[in-house]
Amino acid sequence: MKVAVLIKQVPDTTAKVGIISGSVDEGAISKWSISPYDEYALESALSLQSGSGATVVAITLGPERSSKSLIDAAAVGADELLHVVHDGALGSLSLQKALSEAVTRVGAEVVLVGKQAADTNSGSTGPGVAKILNYSCVGLVSRIEAGSDGFEATRSTPSGIERVSVKLPCVFAFDKGDVELRRPNVRGIMMAKKKPIERITLADLGVDSTGEGVSTTSVDYPPEKPEGQRFEGPDSAAEVATKLREEANVI
Amino acid sequence: MSTTIIAEQQEEGIHSTLPQLVHAASVIGGECTVIIPGGGGESEASEIVGVDRVLKFNGSCFSVFDSQSWSSALKGSVGGTVLLASTPRGRELGASLAAELGMSVVQDVTSISEGINVERPVFSGKAIEKVTISSPAVITIRANSLDSAGNGGSAPISTIDSGEDLRMAVEEAITKASEKIDVSEADIIISGGRGLGDVSNFEKLEEVASTLGAAVGASRAVVDEWGLPHSMQVGQTGKTVTPSLYIAVGISGAIQHLAGMRSSSYIVAINKDPEAPIFTVADYGIVASWEDALPVLHDSIKALP
Repeated sequence: MKVAVLIKQVPDTTAKVGIISGSVDEGAISKWSISPYDEYALESALSLQSGSGATVVAITLGPERSSKSLIDAAAVGADELLHVVHDGALGSLSLQKALSEAVTRVGAEVVLVGKQAADTNSGSTGPGVAKILNYSCVGLVSRIEAGSDGFEATRSTPSGIERVSVKLPCVFAFDKGDVELRRPNVRGIMMAKKKPIERITLADLGVDSTGEGVSTTSVDYPPEKPEGQRFEGPDSAAEVATKLREEANVI
Repeated sequence: MSTTIIAEQQEEGIHSTLPQLVHAASVIGGECTVIIPGGGGESEASEIVGVDRVLKFNGSCFSVFDSQSWSSALKGSVGGTVLLASTPRGRELGASLAAELGMSVVQDVTSISEGINVERPVFSGKAIEKVTISSPAVITIRANSLDSAGNGGSAPISTIDSGEDLRMAVEEAITKASEKIDVSEADIIISGGRGLGDVSNFEKLEEVASTLGAAVGASRAVVDEWGLPHSMQVGQTGKTVTPSLYIAVGISGAIQHLAGMRSSSYIVAINKDPEAPIFTVADYGIVASWEDALPVLHDSIKALP
């Protein structure tokens, strides 16, 4: 069984996001990492690898620097690495088409992805790829298990959680799970550096990146808040309660 | 330009965001169709001003949330710009429908104006992206970001039967025992962090929450270290929230936490460290230990006329 994990390299969640003339200043990002929810997808893929002997293929789409996230995935155990090299903006549909073609190329029937990326916060990739491939899709997944006739997945619902059974092929979009993420050891890091990365382009996948009628005009900082009021000591909480009623009108 | 809204159910009725989606449809203009997958709440929907017709979808596939089956079932009735609420299900179904219809999807929009121009938070609120949409697309809209359309309409309701099959089956459903309010939908949130000292002190937050009708949230540190449910986590790898009031108790304010709550209308912070970063976003900062200040705040709120 081949399991594809779609991972995205994003600014680390601890990094400051600077903006220069309407765009994110990528050169000033201090650290890039695998998007946190994708790490849970990767972890589940590696569990399938040790449990059912699955071959784990890590796929990323992004500029040159994104190779680092594939090497990081290999360091914890990903078997094969595929980098769709693309620099610049890409509409959601072109992105999903490219990743779908990549999944088809590696022949994966199980696709694991984070529920959303930490930069765009969209969460469109998993369900979109599933639709294009005509795979089933289970979102907000915290764990999966291979069964005799497909998979069982635990997902959150508005009223709690549920366990669903689904046949392959299927895309699972991961929420934060209650699992410990494995960390690479020195040997893993050394081996990962030698692992070959297959590099392809959108053109190799037959996808063009022309406009989709949706374009980002600018990225800005959120509006500055006016400086707040400061109170000292516990008794001031009474004054704050009054202000919440009379000034802010929120209670 | 016309719009199609895919409504979401909330318990037996319609999700509270529907009037906000109808308002967004009125900004875009043209005919507005509301689709209710599985039915329920259709008369409520028909009474919202600005709705031109309501389509209730029946079919066995609507017994379980299955974005792939649902988008296949609905595709033939969807036209123009498609609007959904930016709930977890709305986002998943929206992305699936967009791919089904060969359209782009713009998720989690917090403002919309003619054009169509929208704004959406990215990097969990560390930045705002402005997007222009020039051809039909799927747009999901964050709860409580827009005004609501009023009541008093009477749109016709029709029913469509779908023979679409489900692609999954529910083996076991576990409903949370408590009636706790979800942080992503709450109008008031009180959150605790490491400064509370011990997980048992969340009870104190629960008490204030029940007075205010608030939800209880938590920082990532205490979710990870004290084993609280991830559904309570506010911040970049948890929920991004925009309540009208956010009370941060014993939370220092890591950059990831601030990203998840800084867009709240009003923020109260209680922290004994005057240098805590949480004070940089607080409208009302109380420099005091929470053990002393929280009871005063609670009693004062109860005593308000």
